Amino acid sequence: MIDRLSLSRRRALQGATALALAAPMLNTKTAYSQSGAFNWQRFKGQSIEVVMETGPRADLVKKYLKEFEGQTGITIGLEIIPEQQARQKTTIELNSGKPSFDVFNIAYHVQKRQIEKARWLFDITAWTKDPQMTPAEYEFGDVSKPGWDYATQSDGKITSLPMFVDYFMIYINKELFAKKGVQPPKTMDEMMAAAAKLHDPANGIAGYVGRGLRNANVPLYTQYLSGWGQETTRGNPPELLTDTPDAIAAAEYYKKILSNYAPQGVSGFNWNECQGLFMQGKAAIWLDGIGFAPPAEDKTKSRVVGKVGYILPPAGPKAHHSVFFGGGAAIPDASPKKEAAYMAALWMTGRQMTSRMLQTGGGVPFRSAPLKDPAVLSQLTIPKEWADCAAGCAPISMPGLPVIVPVTQFRDTIGTALTNMLAGADPATELKRATAEFKPILDKSEQS
Amino acid sequence: MAGADITAGVKGQGSADRRLRPYLGFIWPALVVCSAVIIFPWLFTVWMSFNDWHIGSARAWVGIENYSKLATDRRFLESIGHTIYFTVLAVFLPLVLGTFAATVFHKKFRGRGFFRTLFIMPMMATPVAVSLVWTMMFHPQLGVLNYLLSLVGLPPSLWVFAPATVIPSLALVEVWLWTPFVMIIVLGGLASLPTEPYEAALIDGASQWQMFWKITYPLVLPFIVVAAIIRTIDALKAFETIWVISNGGPGTASETLNVYLYAQAFAYNQVGTASAVVVVFFAIIVVLSLVLLWARQKAQWS
Repeated sequence: MIDRLSLSRRRALQGATALALAAPMLNTKTAYSQSGAFNWQRFKGQSIEVVMETGPRADLVKKYLKEFEGQTGITIGLEIIPEQQARQKTTIELNSGKPSFDVFNIAYHVQKRQIEKARWLFDITAWTKDPQMTPAEYEFGDVSKPGWDYATQSDGKITSLPMFVDYFMIYINKELFAKKGVQPPKTMDEMMAAAAKLHDPANGIAGYVGRGLRNANVPLYTQYLSGWGQETTRGNPPELLTDTPDAIAAAEYYKKILSNYAPQGVSGFNWNECQGLFMQGKAAIWLDGIGFAPPAEDKTKSRVVGKVGYILPPAGPKAHHSVFFGGGAAIPDASPKKEAAYMAALWMTGRQMTSRMLQTGGGVPFRSAPLKDPAVLSQLTIPKEWADCAAGCAPISMPGLPVIVPVTQFRDTIGTALTNMLAGADPATELKRATAEFKPILDKSEQS
Repeated sequence: MAGADITAGVKGQGSADRRLRPYLGFIWPALVVCSAVIIFPWLFTVWMSFNDWHIGSARAWVGIENYSKLATDRRFLESIGHTIYFTVLAVFLPLVLGTFAATVFHKKFRGRGFFRTLFIMPMMATPVAVSLVWTMMFHPQLGVLNYLLSLVGLPPSLWVFAPATVIPSLALVEVWLWTPFVMIIVLGGLASLPTEPYEAALIDGASQWQMFWKITYPLVLPFIVVAAIIRTIDALKAFETIWVISNGGPGTASETLNVYLYAQAFAYNQVGTASAVVVVFFAIIVVLSLVLLWARQKAQWS
């Protein structure tokens, strides 16, 4: 009896040791070499951390998290932080070399150059061409060129997957327009004239509302500037173009429309205050990003449900553009779970999730197929006019901010000049001063 | 008496050392924590201020270049001006109003306890939540303050949305928040005052204002100066109310030193420049504190 017991104990020990030795071989990572096709479940069992900026995109990911976990077997720890804080957190953690996240929202228009110079991102170029890492149904060709320009660094490496693009469009209050018999404007001069006709401060109606707050107002200014066919910088290394005659003309337009036909105190308005005023029905025209439509069509929040018109941004004297900004999903080079993170990035930027984003009006993908897909369009929760407008913005789009390292400082410097104009300063003087102030900062940032 | 003290001290020193030595080991934890949390970050900040360091780029030693650039930086010099303007308003008004409130609450009347509690409540609220509510109140079209102005027939004001009125509006929020603080300190001082001078003054036929100005004010002056010191240091460093309500705007009209250095450090990621601003800011606060402490010495009456 003792013999049997000791034998079975030895057997148990042998069995346990064999199991422990065999366990690494059960690792799913090595399993991929056995199959030749793409498999969503390849990295199952892993758990990754994702950081996203507060907004409709994050809400969407949160809503469909269980679907992703079921599809891939990868668990996601999702952290949603307001925009400014998320950018600060990701910058500081990436700089430390040990970020706590495996995937994050990169805001291309603000962070791209700084992140690419610091080389914080993992190069996914090889994976985008590897059929075992990227499924054919991802449809790389569907993503537009501006998207790939954003995702590709200046050294040719692809370091993120483009997710969404924000164009600028005009929101109009159709009821106010109809009351005074004004036609929706197509050019900047028409917009100024319409704002003048609809401006009715005695009844609390502002003809026009737009961002006046420093830093936030620069995208609005670059939208006007695009009407003269110009951006704020040119070439590589970037040269400032903010004091050219066209730049000054655009600033004069900004000053005129916001000083005369906008509500009092507009110099402190960010998109939040503008949106609030528009949703209360107290503004006739609002020029801003396309992602702010959903609350205006929400019966519990808005007084203008069903009365909102969505039209293309106005054409300027020399050109017709819609400025764009974008975001994507990026993987830090220091992440220990890059493959699982890549699966998450593929899902977030894939056709299904970006179509859902379009349907709820939470953003526009860089892809063109969802905008043409009747199945997607039939399920829009906001008027189809919005989707048509977004589709119309894509071919005339132009970058809204320069691809430089000190973008925030650029926005603060030029933004201060613009806000000072609203208080009465001369546009030419302010722009020249701001350009002279920012030029050494820009030159220094390009040297290092 | 003094002689006995000295000889006792000299004789006691040797034995005091011997008694102290075994206890010296107990101060090490506090010393380590203090160095790690206060001294080391301070020295590191001073060292960073001599470097040009943008997060994500390489660091470069530049000596005093950061400081010399600050001396000619228009935005930095203007921020010093805004800081002084804001501090003067945010210190002087709470002092005056707090002292007045203290004299009111010093007298006994029905419901005094309830009203005093109500008056103290602003001080207990979190500054960020308070700032968010005030931002809503300041809205030129939808805010409640302009509505109240219209009820009494005054024209609407732009509050924090115009460069000329932004700093007084922010100071208004600070006054609302910190007047109770000054009131508590001065109330403590009033409670410690003797009542005989007042009785004598009443017999002599003095008016309320004379009693306040000639008796109360000189006697509570030390307490007012203490409140002034604490308020000045807090007002110089005020950040949440300014950042949340106006973000330093419109433009840079309400950008104080603290807001400017936050922008440099966390928006532009220029930690070298931000550290230089921090060192200058620290020097300003230390100088002002010393001036106020000297004023406190002068105000001592006993």
